[in-house]
Amino acid sequence: MAKVRGAIVVDIERCKGCEVCVVNCPTDVIAMSKDVNSKGYHYAYMEHPDDCTGCTNCAIVCPDGAITVYRIKN
Amino acid sequence: MKKNLSEDFSMEDSLEQIIQEKNLVYRPTRLMTGATLSYCPGCGHGTIHRLIMEVVEEMGIQAETIGVSPVGCAVLAYDFMDVDFTEAAHGRAPAVATGIKRLWPDKYVFTYQGDGDLAAIGTAETIHACNRGEQICIFFVNNGIYGMTGGQMAPTTLEGMVSSTTPYGRNVEQMGPPLKITELVAQLAGTYYVSRQSIHKAATVRKAKKAIRKAFEVQKEKKGMAFVEFVSNCNSGWKMTPNEANQWMEDHMFPFYPLGDIKVDGKLVKNVIQDL
Amino acid sequence: MKEIALIKGNEAIAEAAIRTGVDAYFGYPITPQSEVLEYLQLQKPEERTGMVVLQAESELAAINMVYGAAGTGKKVMTTSSSPGISLMQEGISYIAGAELPCLIVNVVRGGPGLGTIQPSQADYFQATKGGGHGDYRLIVLAPASVQEMADFVDLAFELAFKYRNPALILSDGLIGQMMEKVELPEPKERFTTFDQSWVITGKTADRERNIITSLNLDPELQYEHNIKLQQKYERMKEDVMFESFQTDDADFLLVAYGSSARICQKVVDVVRGRGKKLGLLRPITLFPFPTEVISELSRRVKGILSVEMSTGQMVEDVRLAANGRVPVYHYGTFGGKIHSPEDVLNAIEEKFIGGF
Repeated sequence: MAKVRGAIVVDIERCKGCEVCVVNCPTDVIAMSKDVNSKGYHYAYMEHPDDCTGCTNCAIVCPDGAITVYRIKN
Repeated sequence: MKKNLSEDFSMEDSLEQIIQEKNLVYRPTRLMTGATLSYCPGCGHGTIHRLIMEVVEEMGIQAETIGVSPVGCAVLAYDFMDVDFTEAAHGRAPAVATGIKRLWPDKYVFTYQGDGDLAAIGTAETIHACNRGEQICIFFVNNGIYGMTGGQMAPTTLEGMVSSTTPYGRNVEQMGPPLKITELVAQLAGTYYVSRQSIHKAATVRKAKKAIRKAFEVQKEKKGMAFVEFVSNCNSGWKMTPNEANQWMEDHMFPFYPLGDIKVDGKLVKNVIQDL
Repeated sequence: MKEIALIKGNEAIAEAAIRTGVDAYFGYPITPQSEVLEYLQLQKPEERTGMVVLQAESELAAINMVYGAAGTGKKVMTTSSSPGISLMQEGISYIAGAELPCLIVNVVRGGPGLGTIQPSQADYFQATKGGGHGDYRLIVLAPASVQEMADFVDLAFELAFKYRNPALILSDGLIGQMMEKVELPEPKERFTTFDQSWVITGKTADRERNIITSLNLDPELQYEHNIKLQQKYERMKEDVMFESFQTDDADFLLVAYGSSARICQKVVDVVRGRGKKLGLLRPITLFPFPTEVISELSRRVKGILSVEMSTGQMVEDVRLAANGRVPVYHYGTFGGKIHSPEDVLNAIEEKFIGGF
């Protein structure tokens, strides 16, 4: 069965850790890292990358334009 | 343990397969300058800036677009949006935009203003630019508070809402009720498209972008003023986390500032008198 | 042959604006200068030359329309009178800070406050010392006739564009309302091509963005910007303009601009008729002020009288120029009253006792 698979790339330095992407992800892929970037923000990352569908919801709600999205049909 | 490790490896392999230029489905528009936004984490300004620039990019009008930034948090909007800009005095953006548009009638001119700028100190300029039907777009960000100066009451602050100048909540007996300026300008003959949007959820972002596109199309066809309000959060001013603020906004702001088109093609599509 | 007309000072400003290719006028009615907007609307300048004319909802809006429009690099102007000019000060400060060329005309009336609608010269400080907030100056021209009302429109734009700085014509209700014979300026094309290197046109691929702003949050940058502005104001000295009237052999000197200079010219004639050596120095640019020539004259005369329809404003600049070498007095009526030549003669006799 063809499965849509996606992935996001977070620009760690642009991320301000606002977590708006986290609640907007329909498949609960995103979490906040324990590490911080150079400004001291916990940044978003894919905690469950297998579940990412590449829907772009996280990227379009990101106020800082920190997320790039890729999608592939397997 | 071993099994888990091998799964991890396969995942890495497949991520590499996915993250390739040919699979790209979303990248922030190149019409944002790349400068780090000066806004607080979770603030809607960045999203609205990006949506405006996405529309400008999609319409291919960067070389014809001039923005007017306000006084308020977005005073430095010109650092982030990669188009020519004029920075206006507090509240005067619609007059400044009028001056530009009258001399460059074939270019696209938009103002970007907050609630204090547009609905308090700039009320006269807002109403008269709308009434004259200036062929410009006004993008109005309503977060119910003065953000930059530290969270004071705005004309749009809700009844009972706490701000640094209404520490016991807005008393409408003393301060009057919050001003629904968007419903007000919708009643003027000069406005052709008036809409209220939000940008806190993926679905509302998509709608908001359509409204911005519509606004620029109205300007392209020289039909009159296109006025789009964005109800947004000021989580630091409201003293909440961004997600709490967005939830609070849904629960409290939206009932008073309902989302959706108010005037389309020069015709009211909502009973604005009732909504006032 | 030049076209001659008998018109009011305010109408001369308007007609000159159309003729010399001004691109836009934004204004709000206020006595005693409403004829400018009325005349423009009557003349249909959008048909004559394509000039934009718009009645704004307030002076605040008018000056900010000027600010926006001036950023397009075209010739834009507004006119008002004292209380309206006060309202515009914020916008003028922004325009000066952003270094935009434009023209503002102040047809001065008596103040303070709502004051009176009669002529006055009490806005000298406001015009020449900045007016709004921050360290800035305007180029200030003082016409003394309806002819100069017409001529100074183009001159003001020439200087405004030379220095990328707002210029102000400081007139008064007397010259604004007075009718005189005027040689109308030769018609001049509107700008078709002009320096667009700094103006907002829309960003093209071949250049960086153009930003019109007066904001520099970094104090170092704002400091540098202020130095640049001050250097510009210093350079403006090369465009100092004044008129000397029988100053070569003068024992005593009058200094007066605008309407007061006309009155003083009469006074000089009368006094000269009595065999006394009185001269008149008329500053045409109030900023840059003709400090040097007054300084020079202060080495030769026995006393100076600054005559202005105010309680004494320009006299301060005259005193700075004389720098204590000779006594410098002020005479003038104010609050909308106009001094007669006899009033000035009496003042001369009183101040220059022994001299005449």
